[in-house]
Amino acid sequence: DSASFLKDFIYNELFINNEWHDAVSKKTFPTINPATGEVICEVVEGSKEDVDKAVKAAKEAFRLGSPWRRMDASQRGRLLNLLADAIERDAAYLAELETLDNGKPYSVSYCIDVPMVVKCLRYYAGWADKWEGKTIPVDGDYFCYTRHEPIGVCGQIIPWNFPLLMQAWKLAPALATGNTIVMKVAEQTPLTALYVASLIKEVGFPPGVVNIIAGMGPTAGAAISSHMDIDKIAFTGSTEVGHLIQQASGSSNLKKVSLELGGKSPNIILSDANMEEAVEQAHNAIFFNQGQCCCAGSRTYVQENIYNEFVERSVERAKKRVVGDPFNLKTDHGPQVDDEQFQKILGYISSGKKEGAKLMCGGGVAADRGYFIQPTIFGEVQDDMKIAREEIFGPVMQILKFKSIEEVIERANDTKYGLAAAVFTTDVNKAHYVSNSLRAGTVWINCYNVFGVQAPFGGYKASGAGREMGEYGLEHYTEVKTVTVKIPQKNS
Amino acid sequence: CHCISAGMAHELAARQWSTTGVARQHWTTQIPRVFCTLLFINNEWCKSSSGRKMAVLNPATGECICEVEEGNAEDVDKAVSCARRAFQLGSLWRRMDASDRGLLLNRLADLVERDRLLLATMESVNSGKLFLMAYFVDLMASIKTLRYYAGWADKIQGKTIPVDGEYFTFTRHEPVGVCGQIIPWNFPLMMLVWKIAPALCCGNTVVLKPAEQTPLTALHMAKLILEAGFPPGVVNVVPGYGPTAGHAIAHHMDIDKVAFTGSTEVGKLVQKAAGKSNLKRVTLELGGKNPNIVFADADLEHAVQEAHHGLFFNQGQCCLAGSRVFVEEPIYDEFVRLSVEKALKRVLGNPLLANVDQGPQIDRKQYDKILELIESGRREGARLECGGVPWGQKGLYIQPTVFSEVTDDMRIAKEEIFGPVQLILKFKSMEEVIQRANHSQYGLAAGVFTTDINKALTVSSAMQTGTVWVNCYNAVSVQAPFGGFKMSGSGRELGEYCLQDYTEVKTVTVKIPQKNS
Repeated sequence: DSASFLKDFIYNELFINNEWHDAVSKKTFPTINPATGEVICEVVEGSKEDVDKAVKAAKEAFRLGSPWRRMDASQRGRLLNLLADAIERDAAYLAELETLDNGKPYSVSYCIDVPMVVKCLRYYAGWADKWEGKTIPVDGDYFCYTRHEPIGVCGQIIPWNFPLLMQAWKLAPALATGNTIVMKVAEQTPLTALYVASLIKEVGFPPGVVNIIAGMGPTAGAAISSHMDIDKIAFTGSTEVGHLIQQASGSSNLKKVSLELGGKSPNIILSDANMEEAVEQAHNAIFFNQGQCCCAGSRTYVQENIYNEFVERSVERAKKRVVGDPFNLKTDHGPQVDDEQFQKILGYISSGKKEGAKLMCGGGVAADRGYFIQPTIFGEVQDDMKIAREEIFGPVMQILKFKSIEEVIERANDTKYGLAAAVFTTDVNKAHYVSNSLRAGTVWINCYNVFGVQAPFGGYKASGAGREMGEYGLEHYTEVKTVTVKIPQKNS
Repeated sequence: CHCISAGMAHELAARQWSTTGVARQHWTTQIPRVFCTLLFINNEWCKSSSGRKMAVLNPATGECICEVEEGNAEDVDKAVSCARRAFQLGSLWRRMDASDRGLLLNRLADLVERDRLLLATMESVNSGKLFLMAYFVDLMASIKTLRYYAGWADKIQGKTIPVDGEYFTFTRHEPVGVCGQIIPWNFPLMMLVWKIAPALCCGNTVVLKPAEQTPLTALHMAKLILEAGFPPGVVNVVPGYGPTAGHAIAHHMDIDKVAFTGSTEVGKLVQKAAGKSNLKRVTLELGGKNPNIVFADADLEHAVQEAHHGLFFNQGQCCLAGSRVFVEEPIYDEFVRLSVEKALKRVLGNPLLANVDQGPQIDRKQYDKILELIESGRREGARLECGGVPWGQKGLYIQPTVFSEVTDDMRIAKEEIFGPVQLILKFKSMEEVIQRANHSQYGLAAGVFTTDINKALTVSSAMQTGTVWVNCYNAVSVQAPFGGFKMSGSGRELGEYCLQDYTEVKTVTVKIPQKNS
């Protein structure tokens, strides 16, 4: 049970300057176990004053001549690798904590989330001393080169759907390039990130390089986005809040902004697709992580002549999904993260019914306590229904019918979002034509939700700006400086 | 600013001019007749939807050159629809080979070269900059920038990436889409080229608003863009005012990216507008209060020369202007003396004439602002060494002004003046000057003059600026990236780096039966 599991958990305070702090306001908030609705423990709640403290520490750690600024790039890489080692060592504990706080099945936390965190850290550890500027052949008697400098103090605001992984995606490129960080973790899921803070200290990152605060969006998050001493903000979360962040940058100090926001990603199944594969992939595309994925394949477009069979098979597959206690290794599907999401999803299901979509399975609450929702499928969905336009962020699958490729491309692109998309087909020409035509930052062909830390990920349009992961991820944590030196005589 | 340092540009211009017989034949001090005064949308010329026009003034005389159609939100809408259509999958522009985009940019460069004299004259008359500068610096840089990006067009490369698992992964570097571009009046033609060249190179379509003060060369460029053969809708030019046309662009729901060069104050509005509207991507090139640091071991005369041109170039109307000259104590008095001597030698007059060094400021608003700041310098106790007052009977001229004994807390040391006002401050040690130079919300450029290799490398590393010059100033070249730290902007223009900001990266992952390395 939570109480005994957590009796040794002391990392529920603010992590500033490698020390654990109480909040200036002395406030705390409870973090809930979504499988039971019970409080796990109280966590210190940071607000503006605490953000100020953290920024001061991060700024000091970034000062010219500081240990962090003087450190060899390769040593920054070494520290990232040591952090990866420590996380691997504590993998089982971290996976348990993640499942307790977020509700995702333990088998998933342990086999997917934690290993991906480790891979992300190791990948960027390798980049630290390979992120190179250039020497440039300008006109005239000059020697010209660029330095790839860190931007400075980076505010990072992460969501609750993949707490550990989102933390790693943010920390790794920022630290590899030499920045310092003030991170606000989601109030729904602060525990694993705070535990990792203790590991950050353990492996030897200098004080002030990473500062982590649990707190609320409208207080701590707002303080970060409008802070005059934060040089860049990276935010992953809803498009709605993304708008506020960009505005706050304009209202404050024009801090650089990168955003990973929502999506309503189209998953297009052509009639020549491998039916079994497509059904399986489309199922996981929407139901993975209880539907709580920015890139969830939430509009499944199926070509006319295979539509009925596809729907039938999808329903069969959904019914096989095991909903239950996330700590049971047989469970596929845990609870939604909190009551707010729970109510919102039920609201969308209701609107689907009202607007005339055909409820094929699920559609209701799945347990007496906790925030469990049945895997739900709607057929006969039209593009103008709310469930086809708005991001539900829950286990609700929309299956829509289409006739031709040209038609489905237009319908797929007819959204303000542009995060991901997929196409299932065995025809090479169709595969390339469709993937070229979709306005989305990631397109999967005959697969879904394939993430490699080596490959960039991010949104077109209102799904975000900038890319995370891959070499591209380093660009957004870099300030390029051009140095031009006059020389007596230039030779090529 | 072509890659000759500011000081050399001036001398080179004068020298070349006198040896260019052809130029002397065709050179004129006549105001050229202006033929392009309409909005340019979808490769067609049209009147503004409101019927209104803007007067375009000659700042050297205060007279009206001509009137130009005034675009507003409705015209921006029209332009955006055309740009969107030109960007549609399957369009001429989307189907064009990348190398052909490069060919078109080179062809445009050829046309600019053909019309160089006309464009330089028009630019000088409309903006007040010296004709010689317009011809040898602005036009030269514009032509080179077009040719540079013409070369990049078919070299914009994605990657294939070794991900884990049985997958083949690659990235496509796609154009972002419809790009709104808002440019200033200080280098009208060059700013236009800096914006359209990388955008077109990467395959985007453009809706560009030139500054209301200086639309003429932009409209002539539109004519050349048509002549070069760019398909309709690829480039659209809509002259208009900031609060109407500019506002419409920044808030437009169907513009995918906005690039703005101008004041930090307006930069903030653009960033907010993006957040309010559709989260369009934003790149900004804003103001600066650039430190120019001269150590006692510098070549004194060279440093004085570079610092002089580093500030007074373009009548001080440069985001890069070296407006805080920090001089090491031992050489301070001599530096001030030589700088004042140089400033006093500066000749003001008709910018079309060869023997003139300085033209008028761009408009009344700037003129008043500069004089107000000069007044604040006096009031706050800086020492006025020369200038400080207007010049001439007509036109918006201000005498080259030098202040010494300036301290960091004075308004003139903190706020961007954007005029011919050089400030000379004293410092004792390297650590001190680094700290003072960095103590600014801005971070665009810096200069350092020294013969000591350690000082050069230490100071250039320490400057929180996008560009650092060592023993030179204003050396800008299209191959090298340019942009701001902090509130001087975000993103980089020029160089390969600029392409990133006009590219949308798509990752494609294909499931394959068996992966092999």
